[in-house]
Amino acid sequence: MKAKRGFTPDIALICGLCLLPVLWLVWRFFQNDLGVNPIETVVRQLGVWGLRLLVLGLALTPLARLLRQGWLIRWRRPIGLFAFGYVTLHLLSYVVIDQYFDWAQIWSDILKRPYITFGMAAFVLLIQLALTSFNAAIRRLGGVGWRNLHRLIYVIVPLGALHYFLLVKADKTMPMVYAAIIAVLLGWRVWEWARKKV
Amino acid sequence: MLIRHAPDLTENDVTPKDIYVRRREIMAAGIGFGLGLAGTAAQAAQVTGKLSARRTFWTNETPTDLEAVTGYNNFYEFGTDKLEPVKYASALTTRPWTVKLDGDCAKPQTVDIETLLKGALEERIYRLRCVEGWSMVIPWIGIPLAEVIKRAEPLSKAKYVAFETALRPKEMRGVSDRILQWPYVEGLRMDEAMNPLALLAVGLYGDLLPNQNGAPIRLVVPWKYGFKSIKSIVRISFTTREPPTSWNRYAPREYGFYSNVNPQVDHPRWSQASERRIGEFKRRPTLMFNGYADNVAHLYAGMDLKKYY
Repeated sequence: MKAKRGFTPDIALICGLCLLPVLWLVWRFFQNDLGVNPIETVVRQLGVWGLRLLVLGLALTPLARLLRQGWLIRWRRPIGLFAFGYVTLHLLSYVVIDQYFDWAQIWSDILKRPYITFGMAAFVLLIQLALTSFNAAIRRLGGVGWRNLHRLIYVIVPLGALHYFLLVKADKTMPMVYAAIIAVLLGWRVWEWARKKV
Repeated sequence: MLIRHAPDLTENDVTPKDIYVRRREIMAAGIGFGLGLAGTAAQAAQVTGKLSARRTFWTNETPTDLEAVTGYNNFYEFGTDKLEPVKYASALTTRPWTVKLDGDCAKPQTVDIETLLKGALEERIYRLRCVEGWSMVIPWIGIPLAEVIKRAEPLSKAKYVAFETALRPKEMRGVSDRILQWPYVEGLRMDEAMNPLALLAVGLYGDLLPNQNGAPIRLVVPWKYGFKSIKSIVRISFTTREPPTSWNRYAPREYGFYSNVNPQVDHPRWSQASERRIGEFKRRPTLMFNGYADNVAHLYAGMDLKKYY
């Protein structure tokens, strides 16, 4: 089968689906349905969708391998870029609507609050991946260089999950679910790597 | 707090609503607690609704919407999500209900909630500051805690008051999760408990307490983080030693026995310098003792509040 290129219908569908959570938030905003603490709702929802898409992106390679559906790999870029989009909106919502540009507080949060430190670190690393998610960037970096750079995702996703884990007050169930899924997805890679080495 | 921000502010901004509001409270406190409650006509406004009460202490800040007060609750016995208590707390049977007074006291007894409801009720409009960084303004109705304590005549060796929430696994779907050790317990030092601000609330917004807010009787200690204000109380005990408290047991580094609202002492994981008042957009600075320093600061004179957080 010939490899598909460009903005194919399946990619368009993925983009449409990835837009749904943010459209849903906008809808709820206009319906006045964001709850008693709407700012918290927006910040949390954007963050959790960023994490979900990051995890989904991490799941595509194992899925493509196990199901022998190589074309799934093409979904990594839109999903990864939408994950970056949600994480960016998450950060912006924290800066603008949560802290209202209180830079002194934000800076001290980054330095003093481990969950914000880890979250910011993940974001800074993620920027580089987003900026190199274009064909021209892959050509410039070379396949190996690009792949090595994008292995940063193995650090970024656990940082994101840690960020989530540390901010939850007491009920760690959901952060643990994400941590477990990420552990399986990264564990699979280690296992593959060890298998190939032998 | 104001000093830190002062250089950025114009004269208009500085016209300090906080202080203006507190001045009113201080006056109310003076009238209510210093001069005796009787005969202060301005305070005698009757609250309409099921419960009639005399308004004895208030802030002029706008009370938070009833919908928010009764729809956004931390009551882990009914689930850890703040939207769960309103959905599931209706399962709690609140009649008949008694509160046991025991421990180091001359007159241990069991008090029926109906007896308390028949007594003189007071309305108090207090700020509530949650340790999570949000706050509300709530018109409570209740009885000063000191009055209930006096019924039991605590012995002089009783230095602390311990509180316990009902534990009803059949009615409380949240207690199957062992996130906290059940039953929920809280405690105050005796002088804190006897402070006139400490209230046993039986109602809010002129009506009986909704279950999700801790029906039929809950503590309200407005200068402390919200989790100290234990809900659905079944037992009040007098002890010589500091009683265990639920959140302190869960994470001693994060939640101390005192847990006074203090913008200078951060939670290890987040700042306590500011808060979001539910219904408002911009964060507002958190006040020392939640703005009740004039009423309670003397309780902690000489104590290192970083150590006794």
